[in-house]
Amino acid sequence: MEFINTHLLSTILFFPVLAALVMAFLPKDEHKLLRWTAFLASLVPFILTLVLWSRFDPNVAGFQFEEQYVWYEAIHSTFHIGVDGLSLTMVLLTTLLTPLAILASFTVVDRVRLYMILFLLLETGMLGVFMALDLLIFFVFWEIGLVPMYFLINQWGSKNRNYASLKFMIYTMAGSLGLLLAIQMLGVLFQTYDLPALYQLWPNFEGTLMGLPAATVKTVAFWAFVIAFAIKVPVWPFHTWLPDAHTEAPTAGSMLLAGVLLKLGAYGFLRLVLPLYPAESERFAGALAFLAVMAIIFGAFGSYGQDDFKRLVAYSSINHMGFVLLGIAAAAKAIGTVDATIALNGAVLQMFNHGLSAAGMFFLVGVIYERAHTRDLNAFGGLFPLMPVYGGILIFTSMASLGLPGLNGFVSEFLVVRGSWPIFTGYTAAAMLGLLFTGAYILKGIKKVLHGPLNERWVGHLTDINVRELLVIAPLMVLILSIGVWPAWIMDVINKAMTMLY
Amino acid sequence: MATETLIWLLPLPPLLAFFLIVLFTRKNKALSHTVAVSAAFLSWLGGMIVFIRALGVEHLGQEPFHSTINWLPTGDTWFKLGVMIDPLSAIVLFFVAWTVLMIFLYSVGYHNFGQPKGDHDRPGLPPHGATVTDEHGHSHTVPSVEPMYSRFFAFIGLFAFGMYLLVVSDNLFTLFAGWEIMGLCSYLLIGFWYAKPSARDAAIKAFMTTRVGDVFMLLGIAFLYSATGTLTFTEIFQPEVLHALATTQTPVLGLSAAGLIGLLLFIGTVGKSAQWPLHVWLPDAMEGPTPVSAMIHAATMVSAGVYAVIRMFPLTSQDPNTMAIIAFIGAFTALFAASIAVAQNDIKRVLAYSTISQLGYMIAAIGIGAYVAAAFHLVTHAFFKALLFLGSGSVIHGMEHGVLHTGEHVDPQDMFNMGGLKDKMPITFWTFLIGGFALSGFPIVTAGFWSKDEIFADAFAHGYTGVFITLALAAFMTAFYTMRQITLTFFGEPRTAAAEHASETPWTMTVPLMVLSVFAIGFGWVGIPEHFPGLGGILPNWFHEFVGSTLAEPPAAVEFSWIPLMTSLTVALGGLYAGWAVYRNVKSPQEDWLQIHWLQNKWYFDEAYNFLFVKPAYWIADTFTYKWMDRGLIDGILHAVGNIAGKIGHALRTYFDVPVINGAGDALADGTRKLGISMRVIQTGRIQQYMVSSLAVIIIVGAVLYYFFIA
Repeated sequence: MEFINTHLLSTILFFPVLAALVMAFLPKDEHKLLRWTAFLASLVPFILTLVLWSRFDPNVAGFQFEEQYVWYEAIHSTFHIGVDGLSLTMVLLTTLLTPLAILASFTVVDRVRLYMILFLLLETGMLGVFMALDLLIFFVFWEIGLVPMYFLINQWGSKNRNYASLKFMIYTMAGSLGLLLAIQMLGVLFQTYDLPALYQLWPNFEGTLMGLPAATVKTVAFWAFVIAFAIKVPVWPFHTWLPDAHTEAPTAGSMLLAGVLLKLGAYGFLRLVLPLYPAESERFAGALAFLAVMAIIFGAFGSYGQDDFKRLVAYSSINHMGFVLLGIAAAAKAIGTVDATIALNGAVLQMFNHGLSAAGMFFLVGVIYERAHTRDLNAFGGLFPLMPVYGGILIFTSMASLGLPGLNGFVSEFLVVRGSWPIFTGYTAAAMLGLLFTGAYILKGIKKVLHGPLNERWVGHLTDINVRELLVIAPLMVLILSIGVWPAWIMDVINKAMTMLY
Repeated sequence: MATETLIWLLPLPPLLAFFLIVLFTRKNKALSHTVAVSAAFLSWLGGMIVFIRALGVEHLGQEPFHSTINWLPTGDTWFKLGVMIDPLSAIVLFFVAWTVLMIFLYSVGYHNFGQPKGDHDRPGLPPHGATVTDEHGHSHTVPSVEPMYSRFFAFIGLFAFGMYLLVVSDNLFTLFAGWEIMGLCSYLLIGFWYAKPSARDAAIKAFMTTRVGDVFMLLGIAFLYSATGTLTFTEIFQPEVLHALATTQTPVLGLSAAGLIGLLLFIGTVGKSAQWPLHVWLPDAMEGPTPVSAMIHAATMVSAGVYAVIRMFPLTSQDPNTMAIIAFIGAFTALFAASIAVAQNDIKRVLAYSTISQLGYMIAAIGIGAYVAAAFHLVTHAFFKALLFLGSGSVIHGMEHGVLHTGEHVDPQDMFNMGGLKDKMPITFWTFLIGGFALSGFPIVTAGFWSKDEIFADAFAHGYTGVFITLALAAFMTAFYTMRQITLTFFGEPRTAAAEHASETPWTMTVPLMVLSVFAIGFGWVGIPEHFPGLGGILPNWFHEFVGSTLAEPPAAVEFSWIPLMTSLTVALGGLYAGWAVYRNVKSPQEDWLQIHWLQNKWYFDEAYNFLFVKPAYWIADTFTYKWMDRGLIDGILHAVGNIAGKIGHALRTYFDVPVINGAGDALADGTRKLGISMRVIQTGRIQQYMVSSLAVIIIVGAVLYYFFIA
């Protein structure tokens, strides 16, 4: 116990790897054993995160539960991890969604052991990014997360998986190149990769660097960071990998991809771009807001134009993540004001909320895909009487995605709109077009799947949602409702973090 | 219980009923409706207690029941939410509680509780009837119970929650929440029979059209919150806050901040209350079951839109430009919708257009500053329009009974298939007549007369002649189409066998009709102007005093004038007479000279919107965004980059790797091999030869070393 008390974060971070190692020695044909081992193992980080949450003091500025170990002395990189209110929220999201994704994968029968191991490794990769307080460590985990996801899409995906997984991998790696160079430049310049130190050093750095004025170098490095994260979010026009990757990934893969991996990009903006480049962020905030609004509008239109249920949901992520970036851009423009704090609160809450509702939506698409073996919206129709419970849950989750007041999405979208209105009035008004079409694509999904004359083809073939599936979606629904009605429990942590961080 | 606590609790019973039905009792029809109706009753009871206590407070306008909590941290401060009952919300609460309870009760009968299960009914379609055999061995077709009976009560429970939430809100945030929750319920209930494509499409149309208004409203809320730091009504309506908003200019249409916020919020109302140009969804919404039409699309949700404008009056009235826009939209809608109503043949569609038109009256009244008159008409209209919708539902129900009995294939909603129902359905007839006369503004006795008269008086007294004339014309049409409806439905001879066999509906349906007719008559008497000839002053003008006190400066009662009164009498009586005179002998649509295509097709707004917005939107989504931009341009660039990278790689291989690197490598390897081959001759395997070779090497090396280093 003593060890866990003093190493709470690293225990959460590396427990999935340990579990994966153990699983490697389990017999590969004992599917039941493998599934349950993976599921129970993934519950441990979740429970520890609850402990973490309860011990976390939101009133303290800076990072808590810090751990720092010698790692790569020659280049002054240390294994430094810690959490504040922002990362804590994301850690909670990750450790919550991973067990649910594993539970959702109980129907996978192909190479179960490897599949489960990849999920556990993925969890560590994602958690590492959220906990890292050292730029190099951040980058290492950033890249580690890619590998399991690549194989999950490439090996367990559907028809077009080779194209999708390659696009996902190459695109993200291409974005990371600039990030790596910029990180190395900082490391060489200051002889440290430690984030809290760089927060002080880099924004105040003046003079010349490599024969160029510091401002120019900073601008270039700023865009290197921004492009890497923009691809991950993804921001229009870097978004086209997402519909392919989501559509081809296995259900649980899409859940984590939409639920957590996209948040890595947004987290990068909040953790690195804004604090390290306050002046550049302010200067280019307008451009970011423009891209955000394009994502909101064309994400919604793109979604509305789909006939593939999963692709429709995939595009909706672009639309929703656009609000995160809009909030970030507004905050970057007017950092320190109440408007900025509200916009940031909205952005972070939107990250969490989208994690819940997008994971839920992808799961629900998976439920019906598993039964019908098609995602073509035109092949469904009138399924409500066949799957009444599923239908109710689908409407509930869709409404969360649509931003119905009383459910979580509304709170965060409202805060983003409120926060960015005084800062980017025109862009905020334009974003309403996207919000309008959010309604259009959500209702299109419900219309094509549940409503209309019953498609007789499915009578007797489709069964309602089962107990295991209910257990996957129920926690998400409870959280969706509880944040919608009483967001203060999570907003208190986020709000204090945002107030102290910026 | 403290009144504030009670107000907090008011919306909860129907919400609880929703969850109880969805989670536990959905399999049991009787239990489900018991839960729902009891919940509606509890909220009604609480509402009445709050209302009565509100009457007892002397300066309720200045000191309303008010209670807030901290809801959301925003920086160093909290965003607060709370509940409030002031005179305006008290009066709205009163009619909401009554109409909701009546409609819940009515739904039990409307969905054929107690009737057998249908022979071929399936969820998602209206019940088709069941065959039963009586004691004589004759088989009859009778109405069958709704297959999704419990679900209906769950939905209306959630709906009632939304409405109560909206009424007790002390701020725009929860008002908007209630507003949107009702929007969702409206969508779910219009599309209740979701397997019908027409119902499904109507539901989407309703949701999307109102959402157009809602996104503007959301901007208005964000603007207001940014500008004032609060969304609580009492704080916004502080004189210094209002003054600051009124004196801030915005670049839009020359409006002040107050005017622009008011306009944005008003666009929300245009959607919700189905005002032109966002009126198109309401007539289609009649696809839903009739209690839904009565509750959502007559008494509560569409009224909520008007309520919001009345609520924001202190803000909106700061800018005359916004007020002019509001007055124009209201007056135009009142006339425009009435013109369509005269040419409709579906009994519910007439009422739908009538609702749009009457809501236009209220909006116009607010636009000309007639605060109390708008609120008064809001209340009386809620009662008599709910009554009319429920009455029409009763008529349809009676007709369906006849259709099932006779097996005749006629549309039970088409008024030309009716006639003579006066004797078949007496309770329905008398209550419908009361409702219809109230709607027409039949003098003195009906509530509609008093509220409509007050709007006329206000418009005339304040010199809004254009609005006055428009509304008078609309009032004439209102009386005309109402009497047309009553004549076609109830008078004359039955025109079909189904009408011949129509029968009165059960008590659960007729009792609500009777209760609502009491209000359709009596509620007008609480607002008789003081100077009205003969009657003024007998009863105090309580409504004006009470609701007027909501405002910081209660509006003065207008001077009495004969002109608006005579106008009001003429249009109401003239319209009623004309309607009767024209339609008492009309037997079929062919004889009806008002079946004008332009009117029947609602001025072709649906077609125009389809052409201008719906189709282009899909084209932008499917073709432009997805096929051209994402698949074509962006992915095209990506693939091009990929291809170029591939080509460069290929070129490197063909022109550099292969000739230079491979060439050099190969050359090296070849050279080595050739050297090896040529050297092989000395590898003989004989020790003697090696010894000789070694000796030779040693001698040579020794000689060389000697030569260079020693010599």
